[in-house]
Amino acid sequence: MKALLPLALALSVLGTAHAEELTGTLKKIKDSGRIVVGVRDASQPFSFLVGNKQYVGYSVDLCNKIVDQVQKELKLKSLDVVYQPVTSQTRIPLMQNGTIDLECGSTTNSVERQKQVAFGVNMFWVNVRMAVKANSGIKSVADLNGKPVVTTTGTTSDRYIKQHEKGKNIDVKNLYGKDHDESFLMVETDRAAAFVMDDTLLAAKIAASKNPKDFVVIGEVLSGEPYGIMLRKDDPQFKKLVDSTLTAVYKSPEIEKIYAKWFTSPIPPKGVNLNMPMSDKMKDMLKNPSDKGI
Amino acid sequence: MTINLDWGIFLQESPTGDGPYWTMLATGLQWTLATALTGWAIALLVGSIVGVLRTVPYRPLALLGDAYVEVFRNIPLLVQLFFWFFVWPELLPAEIGRWMKQDMPYPEFITAALGLGWFTAARVAEQVKSGILSLPRGQKNAALALGFSLPQTYRLVILPQAFRVVIPPLTSEFMNIFKNSAAALAIGLTELTFQMKQMVEYSNEVIVSIAAATVLYMMLAFAVNRGMAWLEKKARVPGMIGGGR
Repeated sequence: MKALLPLALALSVLGTAHAEELTGTLKKIKDSGRIVVGVRDASQPFSFLVGNKQYVGYSVDLCNKIVDQVQKELKLKSLDVVYQPVTSQTRIPLMQNGTIDLECGSTTNSVERQKQVAFGVNMFWVNVRMAVKANSGIKSVADLNGKPVVTTTGTTSDRYIKQHEKGKNIDVKNLYGKDHDESFLMVETDRAAAFVMDDTLLAAKIAASKNPKDFVVIGEVLSGEPYGIMLRKDDPQFKKLVDSTLTAVYKSPEIEKIYAKWFTSPIPPKGVNLNMPMSDKMKDMLKNPSDKGI
Repeated sequence: MTINLDWGIFLQESPTGDGPYWTMLATGLQWTLATALTGWAIALLVGSIVGVLRTVPYRPLALLGDAYVEVFRNIPLLVQLFFWFFVWPELLPAEIGRWMKQDMPYPEFITAALGLGWFTAARVAEQVKSGILSLPRGQKNAALALGFSLPQTYRLVILPQAFRVVIPPLTSEFMNIFKNSAAALAIGLTELTFQMKQMVEYSNEVIVSIAAATVLYMMLAFAVNRGMAWLEKKARVPGMIGGGR
């Protein structure tokens, strides 16, 4: 059964794509013999750099499946895979101007972003929650009244704090860290009482900290967001290939393995285990793949 | 590969509920102005004192001034801001450190204005010193010979001339402090570059947002440039350097 899966997949894609002329990204890859994959330096455990040369992570594993499929589909003997580091500021412009062909990081699939780029079927579901010091006594958003709360610049989390402030009649002081490390440092040094961010990222930062037992992720889920693999807009051939490859992976036992590798096993470089079993929401998402943004 | 540019984005509501996008940039502009101007006031005051110290005929004071300039000019601004914001409170007694982190009003703004001011002061001190040294020696000797004390010599004879000499290089420093204030986003000050990044994140109009911030920075620097040129003209003394034109 396992051996049949790629074959069935290849057939299904070949059947449609080969009937028509290559266009867009697939044509670009075929002509140049290389595919450029956008990756992140420090988005553990989705996409990050290990040992200064190798990009690994959950998203990177999924992207490698897509790259393999592209090579098969285009019948290329060799395909040059270039990993191009991007940041949350550069990922969209670099996709639009053709520098990268796929982006495998931790990018929220949002309706606003879909005006600029396209996404493959959603690949992960994160919940926005907060990390606090274990001895702080903070149990929920309501306990934050009058306290400083940090989030990272260039992310979408601060809007959730603001929305919850209005709903609960509480008043928090918003602080901003330049990156996730700095935001976490603000909680570590007591500048901020809580760090609001995607729960996977919080778990990764806590696991990597000096004393992981000092911190806990608590409180209600402020929001849920789907992560997607980004590709260029208006490129139906490539999108179809990406979607069908991902869907095939989701329907096979492979996804369990990839998930377990990054979320319930020790990960490089320090060998920490995030201990985050798959959420029900995520299981649903994998059962019914869609590229709907938030 | 077409790039969508939506120049009308500034009038659209931002999803944070803080009003349309242009108000985000306006808030950023206010913090940039406040930080740069406060920093500049500190830089002028501290820089003038340090610059004068470096030229006085008492060696320990001159060395103190030199040490200040070397320390503050040789460490990158970003590292200095980080130091004052994250490291300094941990080195102080626990009580004071906690006050700085939790009770001090506007911690990002105060840290940024002081850090930026002290950093720029080292550069201002260097200009003031070279301004003083550019004057003919006879000026100082004549003043002393006339019976002025050393402080009087500085206040009435040397500094009024030296400051006129250094207005052009000070103009550059004044413009720089506006541009350098962008480094304060590293400690979470919600200044113009910070707001630009937030706008990029929410609107995904990368090019439009960056273009707007670029134009605002250029306008600020240009206004400073024109203002200082006006000051230079106003302060000109006929017969002195450049005053004969």
